[in-house]
Amino acid sequence: MRRLSFAEAIRECLFQEMERDPSVIVYGIGVPDFKGIFGTTVGLGEKFGPQRCFDTPLSEDIMTGFALGAALKGLRPVHIHIRTDFLLLAMNQLVNMISCHNYMTGGHTPVPIVIRAIIGRGWGQGAQHSKSLFNYFTHIPGLKVVAPATPRDGKGLLAAAIRDNNPVVFLEHRWLHWIEDDVPEESYETPIGVAQTLREGSDLTIVATSWMVIEAVHAAKILAGVGINVEVIDPRTLAPMDMAPIIASVKKTGRLLIADYDWLNSGLSAEIAADVGVACFGRLKQPIERVGFAPTPCPTVRTLENHFYPNAETIVRMAEKMLQRAPMDLSGVDFFSHERRFRGPL
Amino acid sequence: MTRRCEETIVRIYPDDEMKTPMHMSMGQEAVAVGVCRALGNNGDVVASYRSHATYLAQTEDHGSFFGELHGRVNGTADGKSGSMHLADIPKGMLGSTGIVAAGIPVAVGAAFANKQNSPGRIAAAFFGDGATDEGVFWESLNVSCAMGLPMMFVCEDNDLAVHTRKSHRQGFNSLVEVVKKYRCSVYEDDTNDVESIYAMTRSAIAQIIAMGTPAFLNVKTYRYLEPCGTTMDSDAPYRRAEEDAYWKGRDCVALQRARLLANGLAEKDVVAVENEINAAILASVAAAKAAAHPTPQQLYYGVFYEAP
Ligand SMILES: Cc1ncc(C[n+]2csc(CCOP(=O)(O)OP(=O)(O)O)c2C)c(N)n1
Repeated sequence: MRRLSFAEAIRECLFQEMERDPSVIVYGIGVPDFKGIFGTTVGLGEKFGPQRCFDTPLSEDIMTGFALGAALKGLRPVHIHIRTDFLLLAMNQLVNMISCHNYMTGGHTPVPIVIRAIIGRGWGQGAQHSKSLFNYFTHIPGLKVVAPATPRDGKGLLAAAIRDNNPVVFLEHRWLHWIEDDVPEESYETPIGVAQTLREGSDLTIVATSWMVIEAVHAAKILAGVGINVEVIDPRTLAPMDMAPIIASVKKTGRLLIADYDWLNSGLSAEIAADVGVACFGRLKQPIERVGFAPTPCPTVRTLENHFYPNAETIVRMAEKMLQRAPMDLSGVDFFSHERRFRGPL
Repeated sequence: MTRRCEETIVRIYPDDEMKTPMHMSMGQEAVAVGVCRALGNNGDVVASYRSHATYLAQTEDHGSFFGELHGRVNGTADGKSGSMHLADIPKGMLGSTGIVAAGIPVAVGAAFANKQNSPGRIAAAFFGDGATDEGVFWESLNVSCAMGLPMMFVCEDNDLAVHTRKSHRQGFNSLVEVVKKYRCSVYEDDTNDVESIYAMTRSAIAQIIAMGTPAFLNVKTYRYLEPCGTTMDSDAPYRRAEEDAYWKGRDCVALQRARLLANGLAEKDVVAVENEINAAILASVAAAKAAAHPTPQQLYYGVFYEAP
């Protein structure tokens, strides 16, 4: 099979979906430009023309309500934001209008909208260009929220999102764009709402979101070296969350560590912990633990940024604590950074 | 000084010691310098992420500037802000924001407070032409005109939002003509000449104070470097050769230098001032490099207010 980067997989999916279905339109600030949202939209404008792929004024709010109107009249809009932070300008349309439109109109109204936004760490992006905000979206009934971590899932879940008759928020981490993996050439759907177990293990279950999936698999490999067997589960869809495999896994291992790519406070990780606490009451050998962002705005300077973001090392240390192991020597281990890119596959 | 600071950034950025995205002002400095000089010590300003010229013009402090860009404890925020959020509130530099147009209403609020507490003091919002696409720009304009606030809107009109031109983004032909329908005074400049911008701003200030209504300044200018980064991208597909040549032919620093010489200043005196500025900037860079990195604990400071 061919290897594609995550960015190429997203781009291929957009091409195939626009070819398959003339009602799909793709737009957003900078979408048809020559840099094309980290390369994911390059060439779409040339191929499909300005009616179907277009740039917009810097007007996130109107262009979100616009998606609802277009969707009600038969189009399938994909609205792209180069940072999830900019989506905050459109929260009124997303939360007050789009998310509940089907409900308010009797339950039979297709609202096929995809909001794609790039999340997370870049390079000194600071407090206003780096958020994830998973829980902002997962909190809202009526929104599906997807956060793939592999090129194959990126392509399949985006196709599923575009074909879904509900609004889907599609969140992709910037560093994932570099990852390469085998990606089928033909068009396919990866079902929304289905988790994937990436590694089996008996000592500890790690549920990881978005970029933390990469870090969790890295951590699992390190921990395997000292005989700790970690099961890594990628929910892939954050809402609705596929809890069954997570619960089954925790019943097996008795230990759960949630590695969320977000703040912990009132976050998605707390939600997963609450569900597992109910379902696995009496089966847990250890309290559930979580790792995520530091409870601060994101600083720009690298030295503090490194303490703000969790990585494989944070996960290893927490796993050791949960298994009452002494901290191992990690001095020779290379962790991923902007300069030391992980290119995959997992 | 602003130009020399940014030339220094262009030179030392590849050393990779300033790990912060750079939105450079180069080419556009006359706007910030002309307006901030005209405001003197009696203005508050809010900048966009293209904040270097505004910060330097308002504070004249390249020491904290280079400290911040290097992420050191002698910066404006211990490196937490980087290039995009430069601020010095006591000096009237209320903030810079990475969210397009998000700083404009902040200046409106400052104008409201100034009207009550500091008569004669003016708040200015600097923003690009792209920011005028956002709803909050129009809401800010409406609120300031409706409330009659001592507010100055400064549109740094470089025709571009990243790579997209105004003509693709605007459903009207002239922003200035639209704004003229609001209860404010409107000024335009396309000279890229700091003295002309200074004089225009002085008139605007006089009008704001005399009439008790806002002013809107549309200043045409040109960004030399890529939208974010320190390289000249003259070959990028969105650039136009004639336009590039036109604006570089009326470089604001060159214009002012030529004027100084024409006014009778000796070349050697101009060079002496330039050398003095360069030496001071190099000292600031050296001080930044010598300053301490923030400690890991500093990550947690400042989430909530602490008494200084
Ligand atoms: C709300 C928001 N939307 C989009 C962006 C991405 N973005 C950053 S700069 C920019 C263009 C802004 O153009 P303009 O206001 O003219 O300022 P200039 O860069 O020309 O100084 C865009 C779209 C952003 N930072 N914030």
